[in-house]
Amino acid sequence: MSVKTYDAGVKEYRDMYWTPDYVPLDTDLLACFKCTGQPGVPREEVAAAVAAESSTGTWSTVWSELLTDLEYYKGRAYRIEDVPGDNESFYAFVAYPIDLFEEGSVVNVLTSLVGNVFGFKALRHLRLEDIRFPIAYIKTCMGPPNGIQVERDKLNKYGRPLLGATIKPKLGLSAKNYGRAVYECLRGGLDLTKDDENVNSQPFMRWQNRFEFVAEAIQLAQQETGERKGHYLNVTAATPEDMYERAEFAKEVGCPIIMHDFLTGGFTANTGLAKWCRKNGMLLHIHRAMHAVIDRHPKHGIHFRVLAKCLRLSGGDHLHTGTVVGKLEGDRASTLGFVDQLRESFVPEDRSRGVFFDQDWGSLPGVFAVASGGIHVWHMPALVTIFGDDSVLQFGGGTQGHPWGNAAGACANRVAVEACVKARNEGRELEKESSAIMTEAARHSPELAIAMETWKEIKFEFDTVDKLDVK
Amino acid sequence: MPFQSTTGDYQTKTTLETFGFLPPLSQQEIYDQIAYIIAQGWTPAIEHVHPSGAMRDYWTMWKLPFFGETELGNVAAELEACHRSYPDHHVRLIGYDNYTQSQGSCFVVFEGRA
Repeated sequence: MSVKTYDAGVKEYRDMYWTPDYVPLDTDLLACFKCTGQPGVPREEVAAAVAAESSTGTWSTVWSELLTDLEYYKGRAYRIEDVPGDNESFYAFVAYPIDLFEEGSVVNVLTSLVGNVFGFKALRHLRLEDIRFPIAYIKTCMGPPNGIQVERDKLNKYGRPLLGATIKPKLGLSAKNYGRAVYECLRGGLDLTKDDENVNSQPFMRWQNRFEFVAEAIQLAQQETGERKGHYLNVTAATPEDMYERAEFAKEVGCPIIMHDFLTGGFTANTGLAKWCRKNGMLLHIHRAMHAVIDRHPKHGIHFRVLAKCLRLSGGDHLHTGTVVGKLEGDRASTLGFVDQLRESFVPEDRSRGVFFDQDWGSLPGVFAVASGGIHVWHMPALVTIFGDDSVLQFGGGTQGHPWGNAAGACANRVAVEACVKARNEGRELEKESSAIMTEAARHSPELAIAMETWKEIKFEFDTVDKLDVK
Repeated sequence: MPFQSTTGDYQTKTTLETFGFLPPLSQQEIYDQIAYIIAQGWTPAIEHVHPSGAMRDYWTMWKLPFFGETELGNVAAELEACHRSYPDHHVRLIGYDNYTQSQGSCFVVFEGRA
């Protein structure tokens, strides 16, 4: 035990928080930040400041520090690395003792790691690139209410990606007309349809009415097709009380799945809803509105892989991941990196995919990766290759924009996905032979042939803004 | 002629989940899927049911799953034997994946008559 004396004033952060000899413990929570300091501030001081301000430190020494053992509680900057191809930024690795965080609370973890420190003046930019959650912490979180395996068993969908669609137009339909659009998609061959994230309970369509009409659409489609169907009823609401009321009603009308926006709704609401879903046997689809505000800038904010990891801990059975090929931003290697974090039980460090740490997920169930946004039948071979079976491929415009209507559009997508899965299982290379595989499939499906004709020219080829840091 | 009149009468189809939207698989195509199941290290299994029970979770098992089976021909012969014994029933082939504790594959090989 050391006897310290109180020495008031301002010390350099690195005296206490830069510890290059530290070997992280298995129970430490590790974080990798991309730091861009103000000119003239040494890297070690910046890294130490980040560690301090996101853990026990403040700008001035205080006497009450001596009443505890800060050596036990402090975060430590233990490594600095260059960012490939970038001279002004560097990576700082910080280790936090597990006792800094409340058990089972990603809310508490984020409040520390991405709290005040992001506005710190000595930094020009700061980005949280990755977090290694220790297995000891993972075991305190419930995670997904059901997981991939349970959802497959409940919905009787095996050996292929699930197919979905967001109902369009996203705003303005009456509840009965909305239910019609759902029914047409489901009877045509989709497994699932989705409320748009903007659809909550607006004047044009109140939630009770929507839930009742959609429930009828699901029941009819199931009876007529002989397959199991669902529609994500969005229960995101202004207050937790409203959210739970809607969730209860969705269960009452017999819908198997509900949805929530985890960033606009917040992690507290999300974790609570996930626990409700586990208790009530309901599947939970998670949308990610607001993510690009947080994750798109390459030097500031939070990378989506961190938000995805936090969602797996908070709880959700599906999470939107981008499509790589559609209308929204998403680099392929980086997307595959966080898709692994959602679905695998162990993900090794792999800088080529932006994965900075080994991550052991223990027994946490897996989350379906959802690819949605500007995709159509021509993308199917690439989507099946990129996302594999444990995914939900969602074609909104690509179903409802079909010249013959939703049911034919749904059929076209279903034929395409089954043809791709069958060809893959036969050992064919989907992306190389995509044109041949699709053309063969269209020979016995006029719905697919028309869809291929309709969307043959549509591509979304813009450069990715947020690229991985590799040479 | 208004465009809508060309879209026809779009009937709802009764289908049997995975591969339900493809034309019936040929003998060779069925063999390819069996080979895929075996190559993944999954356990082939066969189930059957009268079409009136198609939406049940549990169909009747045709024998036990074929643990350790690596001969494609044996699995194909069991499918034929099940179909001969229950010509009116749906017969499906499953690939049990014991790592994910799920079915890596599941599709109907013979459609029964309602």
